[in-house]
Amino acid sequence: MQLSISLLEITRAIDSWLNSIFHPHVAFGIELVLAGVAVILLVVAMAVLMVYAERKLAGFMQMRLGPMRVGKYGSLQAIADVMKLLLKECLVPTNSDKMMFKLAPFVVTIVSFMTIVPIAFARGIQLWDINIGVFYITAVSSLSVIGILMAGWSSNNKYSLLGAMRSGAQIVSYELSGGLALIVVVMMSGTLSISGIVQAQADGWWIIKGHIPVIIAFVTFVITSTAELNRAPFDLAEAESELTAGYHTEYSGMQFAMFFLSEYTNMFVLSMVAATVFLGGWMPFHLAGLEGFNHFMDYIPGIVWFFGKTFFILFLIVWFRWTFPRLRIDQLLKLEWKYLLPVSIINVLFAAFIALMGWYL
Amino acid sequence: METKDIKRDEFVINVGPQHPSTHGVLRLELWLDGEDIIDSKPHLGYIHRGIEKMSEALGYKQFIYLTSRMDYLSAHMNNQACSLAIEKGLQVEAPPRAQVIRVLMAELSRLASHQLWWGALGLDLGAVSPFFYAFREREMILEIFEETCGSRLTMNYITPGGVINDLHPDFVKKVKKLIEQLKGNLHEYYQLLTGNVILQARTRGVGKLTAEDAISLGCTGPVARASGVKCDVRKLHPYDGYDKVEFEEVLNDKGDNFARYWLRIEEMKQSIHIIEQLIDNIPEGSYREKLKGIVKLPAGEYYQRVETARGELGVYIVSDGKKEPYRVRFRTPNFSNLNALRPMLKGAKIGDMVSMMATLDLIIPDIDR
Repeated sequence: MQLSISLLEITRAIDSWLNSIFHPHVAFGIELVLAGVAVILLVVAMAVLMVYAERKLAGFMQMRLGPMRVGKYGSLQAIADVMKLLLKECLVPTNSDKMMFKLAPFVVTIVSFMTIVPIAFARGIQLWDINIGVFYITAVSSLSVIGILMAGWSSNNKYSLLGAMRSGAQIVSYELSGGLALIVVVMMSGTLSISGIVQAQADGWWIIKGHIPVIIAFVTFVITSTAELNRAPFDLAEAESELTAGYHTEYSGMQFAMFFLSEYTNMFVLSMVAATVFLGGWMPFHLAGLEGFNHFMDYIPGIVWFFGKTFFILFLIVWFRWTFPRLRIDQLLKLEWKYLLPVSIINVLFAAFIALMGWYL
Repeated sequence: METKDIKRDEFVINVGPQHPSTHGVLRLELWLDGEDIIDSKPHLGYIHRGIEKMSEALGYKQFIYLTSRMDYLSAHMNNQACSLAIEKGLQVEAPPRAQVIRVLMAELSRLASHQLWWGALGLDLGAVSPFFYAFREREMILEIFEETCGSRLTMNYITPGGVINDLHPDFVKKVKKLIEQLKGNLHEYYQLLTGNVILQARTRGVGKLTAEDAISLGCTGPVARASGVKCDVRKLHPYDGYDKVEFEEVLNDKGDNFARYWLRIEEMKQSIHIIEQLIDNIPEGSYREKLKGIVKLPAGEYYQRVETARGELGVYIVSDGKKEPYRVRFRTPNFSNLNALRPMLKGAKIGDMVSMMATLDLIIPDIDR
């Protein structure tokens, strides 16, 4: 609690300092640039961290060490990879749609950067407390499929085209269940704003308060976000044993790195959304009526709670990847349209009933 | 009423010669309609080395070494087939110790080969971790091979008249340790992959091959046995004392991907069973019959078949009495097993192409001799 308040004061101090020097409009412009730089730095730092974590976790699950040579315990490996990718040439295949080909990685990356905007990292540490935060994230994150389709279509490669088409079918269908899973919590909180949802969990996280419907929604959301991320067992878009690398087969160097970056950013964003909506975001573990316990929990800063929960969901997603085989495209669509979607629809009705009757804890 | 023929959006993709799931330089031409495979055509010859022709220029003891490079995961069995064919011509028999060593080595190779297959199948279906688990035990087998045979993959250990060297002193101890560990690990294999819902969904009922098709296409080994065809050479035409050990010919009548998967896992158990019977009873005595430096087979035709990890390997030698064979011909299991791919692929999804190729367990250098 103390830490988050002090962070809020820092941002306020910067704001008043800029306003005292510049015209309010100029100050606002500078703040926007600062916020943008902060988002990019944060995203890149998180992606680098995630690449390292994924490799180490994969190493652990596969009885090997993972990266060990670059830096202590391979800690600089991700940076070495970034350097390598920066130095590689960005190839463009002949007879490809050159503009679309070059534009696609930017579309994908920009989209994933945009989704991070309304997320609350701690009390007051939020770029834009928009009143439709959850809706904004679901709407913007679905744009990344356009980038993937652009990449696959413009590559002049049949593997890429197949991968892009798969990805289109996959992301568009799984978005339905993912959205319905979020609606459950939105109904119970009575707001679409991220900060509102976090505040609504001050006396207990939704996964505890909302019991059965929220647990179903949480499981559905984790499955659908894994599918939307194109990660195993739903990594059909880039299935290396069938399509060599799917939609990004033809991309090299930094263009590939941008796809990679956006995948990891999306992974972070969706984990953050799951942590915020179902596990209370930066809100410490509170139980209604236990003031002493709640006060004790408040000593752990909100940012620690937030990233702790995020990493828990990230760990789940990494765990899936290194244990499950890949589904086939018809099985993937069957899972969504025959199982997840009906379950989600019934769950929304169930949750609405529970919310109306006030039967949550 | 006449129905109009709708032009479908067919297109062709080439899988291979460099593709992560062809395991070698196989080129597969696929006609696709979206994700569905209309037809397929395998193209061979990207690794052709002319082993049969080269064998006709080398002595009888020399050309055996080339065969280790055909099905490199069954190097021992390939050597064994050639050695037995030559022994037939010379009318000698390997001493009892050598025969037991040959069987032990062949079964260890079968284990190592099936382990690699299991890991590669996981890899083909998108699960990376099983590959590392499979290599843990395979490494132990390769170490045993390295100690006794001097090499890890293309061993040249079995020779006409017996085996080249005696066993390493640690052989028995290490094999026993391996067997102990493998028994536990087969359970781990089950937990990691066999029992997985996705693997079952991906393999059950997919890639069906009927017993009639398997016979008419000339399939042998686990591929044919998974369709219910009794074809184990070790049972039908026992060699090197396989009739003295007790083991079952594993059969399954489903003929789908899962049947082939299950069958290889069961075969690993049978191999372990064979090794267990022999490892404490290796006879003492000489490990090789003394033969002349340059062997000459009497004029005639000699044929010997053995059961490799992938099926029946036949070696056909025509001798005109000179120090080189007049003609050498190999009947390799992978060539005929590959035939099964085309009928299986018709109407399948592109993702199943990978799992079918994986359960056929193709070794491409064995197809292109």
